[in-house]
Amino acid sequence: METKRVRVLVAKPGLDGHDRGARIVARALRDAGYEVIYTGLQQTPEMIVESAIQEDVDIVGVSILSGAHMTIFPEVIRLLKEKGAGHIKVFGGGIIPEDDVKRLKKMGVLEIFLPGASTDAIVKFMNDKVKKK
Amino acid sequence: MPRVDGNEVSCAREKGARNNTSRARRIGQMSSKKTKSLIKGFERKNRASLAQILTLAEKNSREDQRELACLFAKARGIKKTGITGPPGAGKSTLINRLISLYRQKQKTVACVLVDPSSPISGGAVLGDRIRMQEHFLDQGVFLRSVASQCEPGGLCRAAIEMALLLDAFGMDEIIIETVGVGQSEIEVAGIAETVLVVLTPEAGDAVQVLKAGLLEVGDIFVVNKADRPGAQALYYELASMFEDYYSAGERKKVLMVSAMENKGIDELANAIDEHREHLDRTGQDGRRDLRRRHLLELVVSEFRDELERKLLKEHPELIEQVCSAALSPHQAMEKLEKFLKSLLKSKHR
Repeated sequence: METKRVRVLVAKPGLDGHDRGARIVARALRDAGYEVIYTGLQQTPEMIVESAIQEDVDIVGVSILSGAHMTIFPEVIRLLKEKGAGHIKVFGGGIIPEDDVKRLKKMGVLEIFLPGASTDAIVKFMNDKVKKK
Repeated sequence: MPRVDGNEVSCAREKGARNNTSRARRIGQMSSKKTKSLIKGFERKNRASLAQILTLAEKNSREDQRELACLFAKARGIKKTGITGPPGAGKSTLINRLISLYRQKQKTVACVLVDPSSPISGGAVLGDRIRMQEHFLDQGVFLRSVASQCEPGGLCRAAIEMALLLDAFGMDEIIIETVGVGQSEIEVAGIAETVLVVLTPEAGDAVQVLKAGLLEVGDIFVVNKADRPGAQALYYELASMFEDYYSAGERKKVLMVSAMENKGIDELANAIDEHREHLDRTGQDGRRDLRRRHLLELVVSEFRDELERKLLKEHPELIEQVCSAALSPHQAMEKLEKFLKSLLKSKHR
């Protein structure tokens, strides 16, 4: 029988240790039927991309609260393309100014969730933009 | 079937399209083209191709499996290590240490890390990787997390196939980690030639091992967290339990290890090697057994799915009667005898 569940890598880059948000998202996606791979704290973009490739995920979710988003998101996208994994999508969440959200989306980040976003909205985004594709 | 030229198995071949409609055929050819290019990448040792091939094996479509046959044929039959034990016993931490040791010996290592799926949503959070972060960037290490899925048997097939593909890819060591609760999880560890059962002093006494069915599947028993109180007592208890327990003339081994403090890992690796030598000496060809199990898993899971579908479709009234307690499941089963027999007879497709 054919079975395929959507796989998501939830990653927490940089030096900040606040992964509660990432873990709540992981749990919400699990409850919505997704396979979530959680890599733990303090990941470099290289580690995130290498894990995403080995796990053959459909999308990478990056949680950034440290302000390094304009460095880390582009680097993750660049490395994915460089390593022949440009088909893996990227979304994210964290404390990110509205102007930067626009710029990140232009760079190819599929969606950014800001503080206060509901897990329902995240699940809906996944169902609409990732699962159906 | 793939063409076999000596030891080389050629993957280039034409696939007869079995689909009826041209659209289905077009889609089939598209996916087959993609699969073919992944196989080429796999043969060039491309890790991204390997990862996507593993996904195809897990997904298990007939078309893809037809293409993958040539890769399965390349498995050399290297001896795998299964690691199981209760949650929190330190399996992932232990694997982390074993990877470091094997890497020092210039061996490449692949791990299949199985965590449970939620029986409610079917989703999963897979977190075994967290303990192995130091190996994330090592190109000689390949880590793959797998959700145990909900269908019984499904995981066993996927795990067998992933292990074979990692073998075919050329990895020197293959480690399969599962949580040692539940029949199918323990079975998965059993697809490895050498099975380690990891226990801790907190997990209870040796009687728990007797209960859980881990006793039969384990070749080496690891008392982890040896730095904690009670470890020595558990060690002696296990050792005395196995004193008169011989499996094919070999005593089951008990070892004390502290994965966190990196103590006893060399001894553990030696014990794994000794067990492999023992298998070689006694002439047990793991590949024969694995191939047999692979086939059985495949057939049984296919049959189970079809049986379930047919039963739901053809006998909804019986199911309803059981649900409303008008019939006991056993009574319904008796009424289904004819249905079951006809199913077995018509299964020549």
